[in-house]
Amino acid sequence: MKAISFVRQFIEVFLAIAIAPLFTGWIAKCRAWLQNRSAPPLLQPYRMLRKLFFKDVALAKDASIFFRATPYVLFGTMVLAAAIIPSLVTDLPLARVADSIALVGLFATARVFLSLAAMDIGTAFGTLGARREMMIGFLAEPALLMVLFNAFMLFGSTSLPSLVDGNRAHQSVVDPSVLFAAVAFLMVLLAENARIPIDNPSTHLELTMIHEAMLLEYSARHLALVEWASSLKLFNYACIGFALFLPWGIATNGADGLGPLLIAIASLTGKLVIAGAALAIIESFSAKLRIFRAPEYLAMSFLLAVLGLLVHLLLGA
Amino acid sequence: MLLIVCAWVLLGLSGFLRPRSKRFVARMLFPIGGFLSLGVATLAGLFLATNLAPQTAVLPLGLPDLPFHIRLDVLSAFFLLILGLAGSGISTFAAGYFRSGEGTSPALLGLQYHVFLASMALVMLADDAYMFMVAWETMALSSYFLVTSRNRIAEIRRAGFLYLLMAHVGAVCILLCFGVLQGGSWHFTFDAMRGAPLTPFWATTAFLLALLGFGAKAGLVPMHVWLPEAHPAAPSPVSAMMSGIMLKTAIYGMLRVSFDLLSIRFWQWGVLLVALGLFSALFGVIFAAVQTDMKRLLAYSSIENIGLIFTGIGLSILFGTNNMPLFAALALTAALVHSLNHAFFKSLLFLTTGSVLHATHQRSLGKLGGLIRPMPWVACLALVGTLSIAGLPPFNGFVSEWLLLQSFLFTPQLPHEFLNMLIPIGAAVLALTAALAAYVMVKFYGVIFLGQPREGSLENARDANWLERLGLGWLAFGCILIGALPQLALRAAAPVTARLLGESVHPSSSVWWIAPIAQQQASYSGLILLAGIVAVVVITFVLVRIIAHGRIRRTETWDCGYPWQTSRMQDTAEGFGQPIRHMFGNFFQMEISLPSAGDTAPRYRVYIQDRLWRGIYLPLARGVQRLAEAIGVLQGGRLSIYLLYSFLTLLGLLVFVL
Repeated sequence: MKAISFVRQFIEVFLAIAIAPLFTGWIAKCRAWLQNRSAPPLLQPYRMLRKLFFKDVALAKDASIFFRATPYVLFGTMVLAAAIIPSLVTDLPLARVADSIALVGLFATARVFLSLAAMDIGTAFGTLGARREMMIGFLAEPALLMVLFNAFMLFGSTSLPSLVDGNRAHQSVVDPSVLFAAVAFLMVLLAENARIPIDNPSTHLELTMIHEAMLLEYSARHLALVEWASSLKLFNYACIGFALFLPWGIATNGADGLGPLLIAIASLTGKLVIAGAALAIIESFSAKLRIFRAPEYLAMSFLLAVLGLLVHLLLGA
Repeated sequence: MLLIVCAWVLLGLSGFLRPRSKRFVARMLFPIGGFLSLGVATLAGLFLATNLAPQTAVLPLGLPDLPFHIRLDVLSAFFLLILGLAGSGISTFAAGYFRSGEGTSPALLGLQYHVFLASMALVMLADDAYMFMVAWETMALSSYFLVTSRNRIAEIRRAGFLYLLMAHVGAVCILLCFGVLQGGSWHFTFDAMRGAPLTPFWATTAFLLALLGFGAKAGLVPMHVWLPEAHPAAPSPVSAMMSGIMLKTAIYGMLRVSFDLLSIRFWQWGVLLVALGLFSALFGVIFAAVQTDMKRLLAYSSIENIGLIFTGIGLSILFGTNNMPLFAALALTAALVHSLNHAFFKSLLFLTTGSVLHATHQRSLGKLGGLIRPMPWVACLALVGTLSIAGLPPFNGFVSEWLLLQSFLFTPQLPHEFLNMLIPIGAAVLALTAALAAYVMVKFYGVIFLGQPREGSLENARDANWLERLGLGWLAFGCILIGALPQLALRAAAPVTARLLGESVHPSSSVWWIAPIAQQQASYSGLILLAGIVAVVVITFVLVRIIAHGRIRRTETWDCGYPWQTSRMQDTAEGFGQPIRHMFGNFFQMEISLPSAGDTAPRYRVYIQDRLWRGIYLPLARGVQRLAEAIGVLQGGRLSIYLLYSFLTLLGLLVFVL
């Protein structure tokens, strides 16, 4: 393994950690514009994190060590996921550590830790949030897996770098199944990241909240780490989406040197700007669903992914 | 190997030297039994590592002209490895667990326990139908006595009876299966069966009988009813042994019959196994999600895991019969590795429920909670088991689920158009099962160990003693080790798949990751994941401490400013199961009674029953009862009538002879 690939790996991880809050801030800004509110500054998430890191932690008296360790574990899994996902270059030393199915597993690990931490203190809201989060999780996972199955059928791999390479090689032809898979993936992304049709990240409305209910007891640096991990998760999901459906600009195997890297950074930025605006538009134009409607929403996403598979099998056969 | 089996029996018997002394039995015999298990594991591991040719022996025991044949080959060795590894942990735990004054006397318990261990080893070593059945029945009976060791409780006697009944229905099927397999040669050694020519019809009959017989032992739906009754009734080390090891003997038998003794296989068998396996997996996990008794929850989760293993076997047959030996090996590897993993994490979790049970005398999830504070050791080790069984990387449960999903990915290459469309749905069911398993385990761990104690007495629960911790620690270590270095498990399974299918997956040349088919296609590294997470966590922690500060203030719980928190406001086990009841209502037969609005002493009750119980078992039981009554008419009770029967029989025989 060449030393330069380790340097690129480091750049990628560092960039992911650094710009993930920016991406969240950009979505918030777009949403504010669309809703005719005056938008918060783009750097607002960083100010928030800075403020939180320097506050004293107010920890519930019954909190166990598990509760205190979870923010670090969450942050750790998300940083590792960011290192594995080929957001800038495919030739990464860590890229072969986990294929896309293992990445889904890694996200599940983070979800289980957060849910367990929410149950640790034993408040009504905490357990409510944990239960709902796990419910969304088990509904979203089959749909996400069907999307990956679809990608496997097209390019014969579940490993993201190979998928990017395969996608780049056949970029002239767009298989119709990809469209179904892309819509299904977008729906899963919204559900998994506590975005609007399923959950609203910007309110603390007791009866409808999911993600926020789990964070109620966290404060100061713990809260900062959890929030940062959440924005990293959104960033990671977006990068998985880019790798699966919009791989243009990612520096592939053999494209060494500074040039491809700069192109990759520029294209990633461009894609994030557009994706953030698109997410904001979707969120502004849809209403939050009742929690009982969440199964229908995710079942629809699953069916779309299966339709994609069938389209591929019928057309390809 | 045989020596160790004899030693177990001797060990069991030696308990009678000092039958009343709990100290002698517990502190001496169980640890020695644990060491012997470790010996079995070492021998089996060495056998697998060196990949020796099968070794056979004929024992001068048994009936005249019908000696016992034994044989150690790679398939037996793999399952003996499971037995040894899990058995050593369970024995160590049992040394600290059994207290005097609970049901059976310590000496008898020690005998039953060690005979159970020895008979399971003999099942795996047997090389003829006669010895197999003897060992199989010994296993069923010794475990029956262990299940009913607290036989004063009617419920436990009932569970034991159901278990015994199912075990014998299964045993009859297995016996018939061997009868078919000998194929007219009337030789009952496995060697003769391997050579026996069978027509497709008789081969299928044998396979179906084996499926019924071994499926009943493994708890495959719809033969699963005994499992959620018997496992909670047994003392925890016995539940651990039954779930972790005994269910694997059924897997072993299934593999032995379908891959070794039967020389022909058909793809339809694979489809049947995949369908049954997936249905069991989904059924088990959905029922686990609505349970309120911690051991029943784990028992249903065993049904789920057995379903996953059968799915792997089914896929393997499907691929194998379509000339795709590499993919068949991948699916079989997934099944084998999952058997090994399940032995580790399910034993671990059953044993932790034992510790919880001793500390609190509560099995109902509704009366537990917050045990992480008084029992930090058990809570920490149970967390490892929980994360493993939930199929989360970097623990071991994930590895086998990942392998199984990878083998599902290749199903579109099968030459059956229709199946190709259906099987992706199978993969989705698998994903749903895995995700639901995580839900179930969050419920299990969260309700028992986290939150506020739901009863006042839980504050003074005592942590496990050192022998218990050692046993738990060994199993937890196994979970982490296989999670971090899945190559070890893959390498152990490789000779087995090579022997049964002529092909094995290559765990890749690198020590860092596994890439079962090709590096480009998919790869996974548990070690780097584990190390990576730990490294990032440590770095983050240090950086946060350096850049910011570590000040902490202990305060009251915030909970949106609501000051009147009580422990009864947390989700109960029923509450946590509510989304499942809502979504999968068709699976259950439910009776819910809700209190009215003005009720001063409101009671909420939900009663859930298995539809299959009413659908299959009760009509079956009624039918058998009616049949027995009809036959009972013959039994008049008068001697002259019985003499008439004899006379008529003789007459009939005479007619037949003449």
